[in-house]
Amino acid sequence: MMLRNAAGRRAVATAATALSLALALSACSGTTKDSSDKESTKAGATAKADPGAALKKGLKLAFLPKQINNPYEKIVDDAGIEAAKEYGGTGKEVGPSDASASSQVSYINTLIQQRQDAILIAANDPNAVCGPLKQAMKKNIKVVAYDSDTAKECRQLFINQASSEEIGRSLVQHLGEQIGYKGKIAILSATQNATNQNTWIEFMKDELKLPKYKDMKLVKVAYGDDADQKSFQQTQGLMQAYPDLKGIISPTTVGIAAAARYLSDSSYKGKVVLNGLGTPNQMRKYVKDDTVEQFSLWNPQELGYLGSYAAASLASGRITGAEGEKFKAGKLGEYTIGKDGEVILGKPTVFDKKNIDTFDF
Amino acid sequence: MAMAPETDKAAPAAPRGSVRTRSSLRGLALRWDTAVGALLVAVVVVGLGTTDGFGSGDNLAFAFNDIAEVALIALPMTLLVVAGQVDLSVASMLGLGSALTGALWDAGWAFETIVPVVLLVGVAGGLLNGWLVTKVGLPSLAVTIGTLALYRGLASVALGSDAVTDFPRTYADWAVDTTTVPGTFLTYPVLLFVVLAVITAIVLHATGLGRSLFAIGAQEEAAYFAGIRVKRIKLLLFVATGLFSAFAGIVFTLRYGSARADNGLGFEMLVIASVLLGGIDFDGGKGTLFGAVAGVLLIGVLKNLLTLNDIANEVQVIVTGLLLVASVLTPRVIAAVVERRHRRAAGARP
Repeated sequence: MMLRNAAGRRAVATAATALSLALALSACSGTTKDSSDKESTKAGATAKADPGAALKKGLKLAFLPKQINNPYEKIVDDAGIEAAKEYGGTGKEVGPSDASASSQVSYINTLIQQRQDAILIAANDPNAVCGPLKQAMKKNIKVVAYDSDTAKECRQLFINQASSEEIGRSLVQHLGEQIGYKGKIAILSATQNATNQNTWIEFMKDELKLPKYKDMKLVKVAYGDDADQKSFQQTQGLMQAYPDLKGIISPTTVGIAAAARYLSDSSYKGKVVLNGLGTPNQMRKYVKDDTVEQFSLWNPQELGYLGSYAAASLASGRITGAEGEKFKAGKLGEYTIGKDGEVILGKPTVFDKKNIDTFDF
Repeated sequence: MAMAPETDKAAPAAPRGSVRTRSSLRGLALRWDTAVGALLVAVVVVGLGTTDGFGSGDNLAFAFNDIAEVALIALPMTLLVVAGQVDLSVASMLGLGSALTGALWDAGWAFETIVPVVLLVGVAGGLLNGWLVTKVGLPSLAVTIGTLALYRGLASVALGSDAVTDFPRTYADWAVDTTTVPGTFLTYPVLLFVVLAVITAIVLHATGLGRSLFAIGAQEEAAYFAGIRVKRIKLLLFVATGLFSAFAGIVFTLRYGSARADNGLGFEMLVIASVLLGGIDFDGGKGTLFGAVAGVLLIGVLKNLLTLNDIANEVQVIVTGLLLVASVLTPRVIAAVVERRHRRAAGARP
């Protein structure tokens, strides 16, 4: 630094002295990651469940999405609020307008003051919301995470949309049926180190080892980085390299939409089968113009519905959140709580020409 | 904090209108901060009367702790704006402080070492801002828009998109809103703010340094020729905002138990809005610390009250925005009206 005036020099000198002093001091002792006390209190699961109890009337549920006005989460929350009406409760959606780590915290405090019976949260940051959620549970407010989990000790249940295994295997199963279990296939993924994508791809590869896929060959995994243009170019590249390609699986909403756009305008339309994970609104026109026969995604309405029933079951004392407990979720039937309070919604929903117009997200 | 008269003494002979106009302007500035104080009291009374849970100890502890970082940064920011400067890089420095805390903790450093190192980084950031303003002679708005991006960028380099979370309970407990000073609803960050606010008020309203700030803000050149060490004082002020912002980064990290590079995104606007709402003139030279503190608390309490009543976030943003526009506009509109009346009165005389 080029500080020529006395004040600047003095400040730097002071800073340097303080730094060396601090380093000297801390060399002796201090609280480090390894020495610090690890907190390991497990919340909930202490009370006894009464599976026969009726769902309480007049339960107050609050949905706290990652951010308000997010169309996907609005569908989840609205379905949950609708479900509450079925068992005589009420629901509402509140939340911040930005999805930053800390923005949900004020809302949790508010919901505690308003004495809600249950909070359902899609966490922006698994830990930033932890303190207030623990406080809520201390005041006997039930906490259910959905869509995006909090740290395990900060909620009683986590409603997971679908298991990674289910997603990976079912995409291969669907594509296999579509191409008659024969021919070259490729995968168009997002980024090379996306955890969820890579987990799904591992399960796809594992599924492909089964004998019935012996005539199907995975020739390439391409990465479109979840950028529309790059995904489009990667699809182009795949078709140049493998003109006899039979199918593409794109387990990313950006990738599948870009791939469909390329195929719909090319000579490969109708010859190459495209499947993967997409949203109905993005994919509607490609389903209608026969570029894509089907694709899948979990059903956000069912996710909200299940979350709503799970929260009501907790608040009515039917379940406590312990592994192995069972509860009924209205029209969706019975669910069992898995390890670490996880409840899996089920198989992804398959969207095709017949049902796509009933979804709007 | 009845230190308002100091403002009057400090205002130097700014060549603005007649003597009478100026005295009424000063009167208005004075009345504005008391008005914000009164509005704060009114909002609290309305809250207590209408909203369940508003007056509970839990909620009050939360409401004030929720703006602890904004309040801490608002203290040096008040001094800076009084001196006619602004620092937009404060929230980025908070983010850098948070990211560094996380990265160093993850690397196995002792927390007792991390704190002074992070504070020093804050000082260094402040020095850079101050150096660019005083030595290179760039306007503070331009400099700190640049360092706003720079410090946030460095925060991302330090920690990437990760979050570091496993901070020691012994320290985290000092920042959370469930730990209060025995017998009160004051949390420790809020208590610290109260102490620092008193010190800042004394510095601003009862010392020569404070008087110099008003002088620099009112007219820098005149202050310089009056023998005030303008550059050194400005440098000091930027170091103070840097230091407090880095410290706020540590508080933020412990309070949420989550160190991230994007922590406190957009906080600079909240800090500056609170300060302006409290009647600190953006052109410098006017205002009281009482007003600034009242502004910070008003924004915090209002946010809490609106959220408790399920008022949507968008409406909250609009309410804060309107308050801010009103706070900047009202004194000017009244001043213009007063001046016109004076001119007319002067013109009426033959």
